[in-house]
Amino acid sequence: MNNSVHASPEQNAYADILFYGCWTGLVIMLVTYLLYVSSAIAPHVPLEQMPLYWSQPVAHYLAGAGVPTGWGWTSLLGRGDFLNFLGIVLLAGLSIICYLRVIPALFRKGDKLIGCIALAEVLVLLIAASGLAGGGAH
Amino acid sequence: MKRQKLMAVTVSAGLLLLCLAALAAASPAPGVVESAVNGAARGMAEATGTTLPWWAWPIILLFFCFILGIIAVMAGVGGGVLFVPLVSGFFPFHIDFVRGAGLLVALAGALAAGPGLLKRNLASLRLALPVALIASSCAIVGAFLGLALPADVVQLCLGGTIMFIAILLLLSKNVAVPHVERQDALGMALGMRGAYIEPSTGEVVNWKTQRTPQGLLLFIVIGVMAGMFGLGAGWANVPVLNLLMGAPLKVAVGTSKFLLSITDTSAAWVYMNQGCVLPLIAVPSIVGLMGGSFVGVRLLAKAKPRFIRYMVIGVLVFAGGKALLKGLGIG
Repeated sequence: MNNSVHASPEQNAYADILFYGCWTGLVIMLVTYLLYVSSAIAPHVPLEQMPLYWSQPVAHYLAGAGVPTGWGWTSLLGRGDFLNFLGIVLLAGLSIICYLRVIPALFRKGDKLIGCIALAEVLVLLIAASGLAGGGAH
Repeated sequence: MKRQKLMAVTVSAGLLLLCLAALAAASPAPGVVESAVNGAARGMAEATGTTLPWWAWPIILLFFCFILGIIAVMAGVGGGVLFVPLVSGFFPFHIDFVRGAGLLVALAGALAAGPGLLKRNLASLRLALPVALIASSCAIVGAFLGLALPADVVQLCLGGTIMFIAILLLLSKNVAVPHVERQDALGMALGMRGAYIEPSTGEVVNWKTQRTPQGLLLFIVIGVMAGMFGLGAGWANVPVLNLLMGAPLKVAVGTSKFLLSITDTSAAWVYMNQGCVLPLIAVPSIVGLMGGSFVGVRLLAKAKPRFIRYMVIGVLVFAGGKALLKGLGIG
């Protein structure tokens, strides 16, 4: 059995998106964090009050600080703390973008089984990201 | 001489880590600080159990995670497996937020390592895709399970899991290139095979998987645990891919690391949607651990892996014990 020692074109394409996306996400995260902790952009939850919430279960934080769940944070993007989610969401969404890039290539190659598996994975990640799979935090 | 220096650096890093943990844990209880604070500050101290200002914690966390990153790389474990038990044990953060940050820490590390591993064919997309589908679906279930269970039960299970990981690290003997006689039908259908060049010999190593159905079944458990505890799951991925499925160690390690970028994504979304990601905790953790990992990689070539491995096993037993005690309401 002889396999190629070189990564397949779709594997390379996946790697390229991952590389640029990851470092973009990390830079955004770092910049928004500095804006947040320096109070250059006022946060939704005052920084001084954070110790009151971070030692308690998440339900206490959500109720006490009036923090929305799911994608509700998008309405608070102008606040320093929620601005940080831009970078975090980019990092968390990167796999979906990578998959979407390689799926057509897999089907073009006739790799239908792996293509379908990749499609199913996108579906799973989209369900997780959408917050449709509900459930309460304690 | 160089080796002695390195030993000294490693021991110092370990000691510094413990000092930071001790500093975090030894922040005075409300009653002790009575005379030192005024009314408002005292109220805050009583409510939070600490007198340190808010900004001190992200800074301590940053340094703590930096050292954790160095040690994790040198011991060959992911950051998440050390991060969750240690930070939930010694910092004033609730385990809900620690797990959210832990998943992001593991995710960011995996995303950063992924491109290099994929390009060098040390992570296999074909091996990862089916495994990722199972593990990431189950990680969602695990995340909801973890968020629905009471915190002390999670701590108790976490403690048990960490102890188990320590034993696994102590006993497992990975095989560099397992001999696979015949590939099973499922592995063949999924095209789980590949090749890479071994840099030390220049030899081309061809590989294929065996026992694929059993391996995929185990990823159900791995996915649930990754989501439930926010640990990342390299500690479990590698033995399953290497010892059970017969992937060469380098491919198992590379694919496992890449796999975390998908598995942890699904669980991270659940934690994020439930409000369990606090940037104030997550960002310094990610930055610290990634910074530490870069330094760790540079030290890796000169390190004495066995010593570091035993040190990490010791830290895991310690952290697992602390989680168990916390779960029992003693710690």
